[in-house]
Amino acid sequence: MSKVLTEEKLNVVNTPVEKVDGKALVRGKPVFTDDFDLPNALTVKILRSPHAHAIIKSIDTSEAMIEGVACILTYKDVPHVIYTRAGQGYPEPSPYDTFILDKKVRYVGDAVAIIAAENENIAERAMKLIKVDYEILPAILDYEHAQDPDAPVIHDEPEISGSYDPKHNIASHYEMEIGNVEEELKKCDYTIDEVYYTPNQSHAMMEPHTAISYFDPNGRLTVITSTQVPFHARRILNRLFGVNCRVIKPRIGGGFGGKQAIHVEPYVVAVTLKTGRPAKCVYTREETMTATNTRHAMRFRVRAGAMKDGTLRAIELWGLSNTGAYGEHALTVFMVAGSKTLPLYNKVKAVKFGGDVVYSNTEPAGAFRGYGAPQGMFALDSALDELARKIGIDPIEFKLKNSIREGETSPIFRIMGEGREGVDQIIRSCKIEECAIEGSKIFNWYEKIKRPRIDMKKKVAHGYGVAFAMQGSSIPAIDMGGATLKMNDDGTFNLLVGATDLGTGSDTILAQIAAEVLHTTVDKITVYSSDTDMTPFDKGAYASSTTYVSGNAVKKAAEKMKKEILKAASELFEKPVEFLDLEEDKVVCDDGRSISFAELQTKLFYTFNQRQLEVTESFVSEVAPPPYLVSFAEVEIDMETGKVKVVDFLNYIDCGVPINPILARGQVEGASAQGIGIALFEDHIMDKNGRLITDDFFTYKIPARGDIGKIEVRFAKSYEPTGPFGAKSVSEIGLDTPGPAIANAIYDALGIRMRRLPIRSEELFFEIRKKYG
Amino acid sequence: MRVNIKINDKNHSIEIEPGEMLLETLRRLGYKGVKHACSTASCGACTVQIDGKPVLSCSTFTAAVDGHEVKTIEGFSNEGVLSEIQKAILEEGASQCGFCIPGLVVTAEALLKENPDPDQKEIIEYLKGNLCRCTGYESQTRAIMKAAKARRER
Ligand code: FES
Ligand code: FES
Repeated sequence: MSKVLTEEKLNVVNTPVEKVDGKALVRGKPVFTDDFDLPNALTVKILRSPHAHAIIKSIDTSEAMIEGVACILTYKDVPHVIYTRAGQGYPEPSPYDTFILDKKVRYVGDAVAIIAAENENIAERAMKLIKVDYEILPAILDYEHAQDPDAPVIHDEPEISGSYDPKHNIASHYEMEIGNVEEELKKCDYTIDEVYYTPNQSHAMMEPHTAISYFDPNGRLTVITSTQVPFHARRILNRLFGVNCRVIKPRIGGGFGGKQAIHVEPYVVAVTLKTGRPAKCVYTREETMTATNTRHAMRFRVRAGAMKDGTLRAIELWGLSNTGAYGEHALTVFMVAGSKTLPLYNKVKAVKFGGDVVYSNTEPAGAFRGYGAPQGMFALDSALDELARKIGIDPIEFKLKNSIREGETSPIFRIMGEGREGVDQIIRSCKIEECAIEGSKIFNWYEKIKRPRIDMKKKVAHGYGVAFAMQGSSIPAIDMGGATLKMNDDGTFNLLVGATDLGTGSDTILAQIAAEVLHTTVDKITVYSSDTDMTPFDKGAYASSTTYVSGNAVKKAAEKMKKEILKAASELFEKPVEFLDLEEDKVVCDDGRSISFAELQTKLFYTFNQRQLEVTESFVSEVAPPPYLVSFAEVEIDMETGKVKVVDFLNYIDCGVPINPILARGQVEGASAQGIGIALFEDHIMDKNGRLITDDFFTYKIPARGDIGKIEVRFAKSYEPTGPFGAKSVSEIGLDTPGPAIANAIYDALGIRMRRLPIRSEELFFEIRKKYG
Repeated sequence: MRVNIKINDKNHSIEIEPGEMLLETLRRLGYKGVKHACSTASCGACTVQIDGKPVLSCSTFTAAVDGHEVKTIEGFSNEGVLSEIQKAILEEGASQCGFCIPGLVVTAEALLKENPDPDQKEIIEYLKGNLCRCTGYESQTRAIMKAAKARRER
C-alpha cells in the first residue's frame, strides 16, 4: 500500500503494523466476556414482554422458584431509579425515561423479570412458570402516527425528565435556521421538494451482548462486560445501585454503537448484589436483535434550490426520527443528521434543519455507527443528485462546486453541537477535491457515464452513482481521553488507556503513536485498556473519537515520557538535555555516549536517582475536524427481478494521515458493507402485534460474502494539523455514502428514483414494470 | 449419556445431557475458540471440523459425534507459529473484532485442503456461510488467496 505523504518523517505511524491483539484473536484464545468461567456463577435470563404496550397488573413468581433458582427479581425488587441507558458522558443529553425494570412495558422485548439459576435449563424452565397479568394498552407501531391526536401516551411516568414533550410522545425537538430558506428558494432557478426514508438497522455484531459480575476476594464488585463505554457504565451502575464497582472490558466481538448503551450490566449486578454470587448473562441472538438498540429510522423532507450555473442557494432538512420505546440518543442522533451533513455545503445563503424525535412502541433506537449522518446524508445527497440532474449538470461537479474547502468554516459548527451549542472551527484539512477528482479518474466516471445503461436484450441495467460525506472526529469540548505510560527495566513500556478497542484496532494504533514518539517499536509497548480500576479515564468508543482524542492523549503522554527519559539521562550523563536525543530504544548524547532504555530504567530502579518513570496525560479537543469521503458506486440491476448488485464501490477518503493504513482501510471497507446492507437488505419487519420477526440472520439479512462486489479504498494525501501525526477519524464515515451512492446509481441506470431504504428488489421491480412494461 | 469423541487429537469420554449441542459441550470442555453467535445455524461462528469437514457445532447433537473426530480452532493453533491462514489474516487486517475468525479459519482450512488453489469466486462460495459484520469480507478474501499461495509454496 502506498504511503501517504506527511509533514513528519515517520517510522511506526502510517505503517501497516499487525494488530497487537491479533495473535490471540486468530488462534481463538479465550478473550471475550463469555469465555470467562467463574466458579459458582449463576446463569441470568430475562423474561421479556410479549406485548408492545402494557401495564403489569400482577406478577407471580412463586411457582417459578423451583429448585436451582437463586432469585427472580421484578420491578418490586430492584432500585426504582430513573435513568437513560444511552451510555453517554455526564450530564447525559438523553432523557431519563427508563427503569431497570418497570411496571409498564413499552415494546415487545421490554424486560419484565430477571431470573438467576444454577444453569440455563433451570432458568428457562423457571421463566415459563412466572405468571404475569398484563393490561394491554393500545400501541404505536408506526412512528409516523406517534403524534396522532388519539395516540396513546408511552411515557406517563411522573419521574421522567429531560424529555421534550412526553405527553405528545415527543422525546426531543430541535430546529435552527440560518438566513431565510423560504426567501432564498423563491430566488432559485431550480428547486426540489422530496421526502426520503431510512430504516431501522440492527447492529448485528457477531458477539451477543454479554456481562458477568462478581465480588472479588476483597469484596469489590467487578463487572466484566462487552461494553464500548466502561467508564460511563461504572458511573451509571453507581447511579442505579449506589455501589461503586470496577468495570473491565475484555476483547469485544464488535459493537458499532450497539454496545454503547447499558443493556446487560444492571441485570447481572442486581443478581450479584442480591445473592452475593457471580452472575453471567449472555444474550441470545434473538435478544440482541429485538431487545437492545437499533438505528433510528428517519423521514426527511428536503427542500433545496440552486441557480442555473449550479450554485446551491438554500437547503432545508425537516425530519421525524423514531426513538422507539426509550429516548436513548434521541436528540443527539437527530442533530447529527444535520450537523454532520449540512456543513459540507457551506456556501448556501440559507439553511434550515429541524424536526421531532418521537417515541413509539418499538425496539429502542440508540447509537449506531454514523450516528444520524447516514440518515441525513441519504436524504441530502439524494436530493442534491436530483437537483443536479434537473439542472443538467454532472453530480460530481455540482456537489464539488458547492462543498467546503480548507480554510473555510460553517456557522453550523458553532450552532449545532452534542445536544447543545457546538464550537467554532476553521477547516484545516479538507481534500474533498482530490477525493472527487482523483476518485472519478480511478473509477473511470466520465468514461463510464458515456456507456449505454440498459441492455434490453439481456434485461440488465448498469448505473453509476456518487455520494459525498463528512463526519467529525470526537465531540469537541466534551470528550476526554487519558493515557498513562510507564517505563520498565527491560526497556519496554506499559501503555494504559481507558480507550475501548471494540475490534477496531485502537489498542494497536495507540501503541503505534506511543512507539513513534518514543523511538521504539510496537512490540515494546504493552497495552492495557479499558479497566476502570487500572487505566485512566476515557470517554469510550464512540463519535469517531478514539484515534483523534485518545490518540492525542497518548501522544501527549509519550511526549512527556520522552522529556522524563531525557531528563533522567541528562542527570546521568551530566549533560544538558539539548545535547541528548532518543534513537532506537536508547538515549544518545552528542559526545557519542548512549544508554538504552533498559539500562536507564534499571539504574533508576536500583542505583541512580531512584524513581519509576511514569506519566499520565489527558486530552480534550477544541475542535472536531471532519474526515471527508467521496464514494462511487456501480450497480447492476436485473430488470426481471429488481435485484441490485453493487459491482464496484470505490471510496476515496480524506481521514488525514492513516495511523495504520491496513486497519484504516478495514474500517472503511467494513462501514461500506454495513452501508450496502442498509441500502439494499437490512430492515426491521414487525408482525401486527409489534413483535420483530427479523430476529436472526435468516430473517434479518446482513450482507454475506457473495453480496459484496468490489469495495476499494484510496486515501487522499491529507494532514490534519490538530490530529495525532496528522490523523482524523475514519471509522464511521464509510457508512454515510452507500445509501445515496447506490440510490443515485439506480436512478442513473433506470431513471427510477428510490427514496426509501432499503431498496427492496420487489419494490424496484414494480417500478421497473411501471416504467418499462 | 456418555460419548467418546476425539477432539484435537485427544480422546475424551464425556458425560452429556440428552439433546446437548456440540457447541455447548466443546465450550464446557474449555474449547472457547468455538464461538456462539446465533445458535440457529445462520452465521458460521461455531464452525468446527468433524472428520475433516466443516460443520456448525451449534446445530449438531453431541451424541451424533460419538466415535468421530472433532477439530476446533485450538487444533489449528500452534503455540509457536501461526498457520499460513492465521498469518495472512493478520497481515491483511482480515480480523477486526475476531469473533468470526475461529469459524473462518476452520472453514478455510477445509477449503484449502480440498482445493489448494481456489479462485476468488470459489473462496466466496465456500465461505458464504461465515458471516462477518466488521470487515466487509474484502480483506478476508485477500487473506485466503494469500494463504493458499503460501501453502502451495511451502
Ligand atoms: S452459532 Fe452456529 S451458526 Fe451461528
Ligand atoms: S472480524 Fe468481527 S465479525 Fe468478523
